[in-house]
Amino acid sequence: MSERTADPIGRRLPDPLAAYWARDIVKIFGTLGVVYALYLFVGFLLGYDLFGQLNSLRRLTFLIVVYGIAALVVNLHWGYAGLFNIGVVGFMAIGVYTATILSRPVAGQNPTGSLPGFGWPLALAVVAGVLAAAAAGYVAALPSLRLRDDYFAIVTLAFAEIVRITFKSSELQELTLFGWTFGTGGGRGIRTFSNPVRDFFATTGQPVVAAVEGLGLDGQVVPDWSYVLVLLAVLVGTYWLIARLSASPFGRVLKGIRDDEEATQSLAKRTASFKIRAFVIGCAILGLLGIVWQGTSSGYITPGRFLPELTFFIWIAVIIGGAGSNTGTVVGSILFVGLVLEGPAQVRRVVDEFVGLSGSAPTFPDALSALGGGNIDPVLLYVFDQTSALRVVLTGLVLIWLLKRRPQGLFGDRREVASSIDLEGRVASRRRDRTETAQGGDAD
Amino acid sequence: MSRPPEADATDGDGATAASTDAEADPILSVDGVGKTFGGVTALDGVSFDVEPETLTGLIGPNGAGKSTTFNVISGAIEPDTGRVRFDGEDITGWAPHETSSRGLVRTFQIAREFETMTVLENMMLPPENQGGEAAWRAILPGVRDGVKEDEEELFERAWEMLEFFDIDHLALEEAGTLSGGQRKLLELARALMLDPEVLLLDEPFAGVNPSLEQDLLDRLEDLRDRGRTFLLVEHDMDLIMEHCERVIVMHQGRTLVTGSPDEVRSEERVIEAYLGGEVA
Amino acid sequence: MALLRDKAPDWAPDRTRVRTALFVAVLALLLFDVLRRLLGESLAPSLLTGYLWDGLVFGLVIGLAGVGLSLTYDLLGFANFAHGDYISVSAFVGWGSTYLIAGLGSFDPLNLFFLGVGDTVFPRDVGVSVTNTPGAILVGLVVAAVGGAAVALLFDRFVYRSMRKSGAIALLIASVGVAFTLRFMLVFLFTQDSFGLTVGAWAYELPFPGGTVNISAPELLLVTVAGVSMVCVHLLLTRTKLGKAMRAMSANRDLARVTGIPSERVVTATWLVGGALAGLAGFMIALFQGTVNYQLGWTLLLLVFAGVIMGGIGSVYGAIAGGVLIGLVTRVSQVWIPASFAEAVGFAVMIAVLLTRPSGIFGGDSL
Repeated sequence: MSERTADPIGRRLPDPLAAYWARDIVKIFGTLGVVYALYLFVGFLLGYDLFGQLNSLRRLTFLIVVYGIAALVVNLHWGYAGLFNIGVVGFMAIGVYTATILSRPVAGQNPTGSLPGFGWPLALAVVAGVLAAAAAGYVAALPSLRLRDDYFAIVTLAFAEIVRITFKSSELQELTLFGWTFGTGGGRGIRTFSNPVRDFFATTGQPVVAAVEGLGLDGQVVPDWSYVLVLLAVLVGTYWLIARLSASPFGRVLKGIRDDEEATQSLAKRTASFKIRAFVIGCAILGLLGIVWQGTSSGYITPGRFLPELTFFIWIAVIIGGAGSNTGTVVGSILFVGLVLEGPAQVRRVVDEFVGLSGSAPTFPDALSALGGGNIDPVLLYVFDQTSALRVVLTGLVLIWLLKRRPQGLFGDRREVASSIDLEGRVASRRRDRTETAQGGDAD
Repeated sequence: MSRPPEADATDGDGATAASTDAEADPILSVDGVGKTFGGVTALDGVSFDVEPETLTGLIGPNGAGKSTTFNVISGAIEPDTGRVRFDGEDITGWAPHETSSRGLVRTFQIAREFETMTVLENMMLPPENQGGEAAWRAILPGVRDGVKEDEEELFERAWEMLEFFDIDHLALEEAGTLSGGQRKLLELARALMLDPEVLLLDEPFAGVNPSLEQDLLDRLEDLRDRGRTFLLVEHDMDLIMEHCERVIVMHQGRTLVTGSPDEVRSEERVIEAYLGGEVA
Repeated sequence: MALLRDKAPDWAPDRTRVRTALFVAVLALLLFDVLRRLLGESLAPSLLTGYLWDGLVFGLVIGLAGVGLSLTYDLLGFANFAHGDYISVSAFVGWGSTYLIAGLGSFDPLNLFFLGVGDTVFPRDVGVSVTNTPGAILVGLVVAAVGGAAVALLFDRFVYRSMRKSGAIALLIASVGVAFTLRFMLVFLFTQDSFGLTVGAWAYELPFPGGTVNISAPELLLVTVAGVSMVCVHLLLTRTKLGKAMRAMSANRDLARVTGIPSERVVTATWLVGGALAGLAGFMIALFQGTVNYQLGWTLLLLVFAGVIMGGIGSVYGAIAGGVLIGLVTRVSQVWIPASFAEAVGFAVMIAVLLTRPSGIFGGDSL
């Protein structure tokens, strides 16, 4: 047990610290703390007030949490069951669209938005959305389980694109079937349900908001942070679920399948059944994530929110952390969101604040001609304007670099033993017993 | 530790057909199995019986179809013709998880340990009827306590087995870091966790150093005496001749001879098959 | 236990034959329905012919793009998800050059090369079309081919080469990284706008019962270019030493290495050929659609995969035939299904092929 963790941070830490670092909880909160500190520092440089700081951290936490949930699912699929699912967004879309369409008010009594639906209570609609995503996972995976990894990847990607094209098509924008009028809203999208957390603070919870406002803060901070906490609970729940699942005989068989499916089969395991169960469980969680993330962000969903880019981002979070490790996956999500996804925008804000750049360059040729004239400012300005494109480029480069230099991710060689009991402890006690018996001492 | 082979076998001039031993019902019998891959004939009427509680050797020059035969028996490949019977039941075309669940477990020519899992995890994977393989049991508080109890028992069994094979000191190592010989041991020990009636061992001694090899043979014989049956593919003729009660010789996708080591040794066609393979 | 037994009982007919029968039955049913509609005049012959022509032209582009993907998939053993973005990059570079040639003297060269991003130059001002400025089009075509080859080679050198021994999945993930890097470099340079490219060109209206079928100069050029490149690839593969080495290596990589075929040189040649064809396809698809944006190749990629898989990975002719088939499927399916589902139908057909005949529909054993 004195073995040092082999991740690049653990290796560089002095021994006493490295021992702490070996604990999951320290790893997660240590990384989170560092990223928080960075953001607070940027906020300080930019002169944010308390509300500004709280808001910046809230946005950061929100993204970390939602990416963390998705990344845990990808880790269950890929890291444990060896299922190369690159159609993650498709299942999120099915979840949130189902919940939305079911919960829209029935035709003739809809106060907001124009598209009617089935008028289900939200809780029921959410359950239905989760089940629909799970069912879609079953349908997509059942015939594909025998396929090679790369074919499976292509099938899941194509599946997600078919889902997106379907929700986008104008034919399904609004239709009437058996007397029910409903639709997907087509390319324009559809208004989702109202967020119950916000509703609560607009009504019953109003005094809390008022109290916070009494402290001189923007009251908005209360519902905002409360919702992030709800999502955090979902993340903790997902982690708990997947960690228990992977530390069990079930997870053990999944690991076996990942390492060598044929060998697992010849040890009396019906591998197809294990794979499908892992896949469906993951898809159900993705459906829920689609609802709590995309369904609530802006009160509106469009097919454009479910582009393959999103799947790509989620995968990077897993690969940074290292597939196969749940802790690594969460740490990977923190690093990805904090540094790669949101980092460039932070750098841009700081530079904007402290470096006086003059001129303008609306397009790249403009920037180039300015550079030709010896003026570098417009180039920088142009680069800053394009942060959202450049962060994807950066993500791609990080991915390539990782695959070449550290394909196992930062924490991928970390061992998460798949058993419901502490095997290391049992083995250690066996060995202790043996030495003690040999020495004639009393056994524990 | 060499045991003299029991010379109670019938004479082998029945050639390609299975020998007609009247003593015990065969636990495993392969009857006229044929298989072609894209026009190439890999197996062309393989027939033999394996008696219970024996070490039976399956030998033959390269390309004779030994591994393909294993694949057919274990269910990895479905044969074009012929039947496979195990313990009185027709298991032709059963899937690998079904044959292994029925009590017919194989190992592979190149050890296929689960390389990123610890030795102990490798050992604890195979046993059947683990409640914790149901996802909800693995998760739900309360029910999970039952899973934990199962795991304790399983750990005990796995530990005993590791001690039996003298690799308990490796329990927490990742299987991928083991030496070739240790992997072979692990694979055998892992297969035994299923408590099989018949073990199909594909070159269990390849890459195992000689002292370990003797060790391993002792253990196989020990297990045979406890009622298990082994069918092993092996290149080392001497080893087979010395330790197996019965030997099956394959050549060009057929069974050439079946009999006791002495009978096989004296059979000219066996020598021809081996030499012929090299000369021509 | 025996519920999900993966074994057919004796009386069950051969699975492959059932599938083939089913496939033929579905095809026959669809054909019958087309005939019924044609005779019942709910489908105008001109419309059907239009679908077929359109599908053929579109399919040829997919086939052209598929050749490179199929070759590298087979030779290096991984699905290159960046192939679509090689197509986009070459389309931008090629069309930039076309604009540069066509508008030089009247507009700022930088603005021309960047296709008038930021509304500095408009297509109607430059007036590019196959019939107006054939020279500029041809230069663009060549530049696109060279650009595609260069990009393919560049990323092989810097990314894939050092990963030759990594598994198929590591390479696949790396190619996804390359894909996004390239795609968003295009966004960085050209923004997310779509650029109109051409003004109207000469077109012939072929009279047909129930209307006319439009056969335009770009389409004719496209068919010609596709035809010529395919003949070239065929000659390369069958007549030259390099081509024979490429075929030998794709047949058996280890054997080829043992027999002394310089494998790295063959790999390089494969990237060059595949990249150049992707470049041609990129330029032509932009010409065909009349617009270009950063998602051009990505949207095409899954259809290209569909064609390649249908044709059987590693088969040049299969890739072309598969591409044409996918092109036809996406267009002819509009007889039954709304046009907005055209791509979805292509993907669905691909999934069906993967599930039933993963080695392609033209040859090889199923599974």
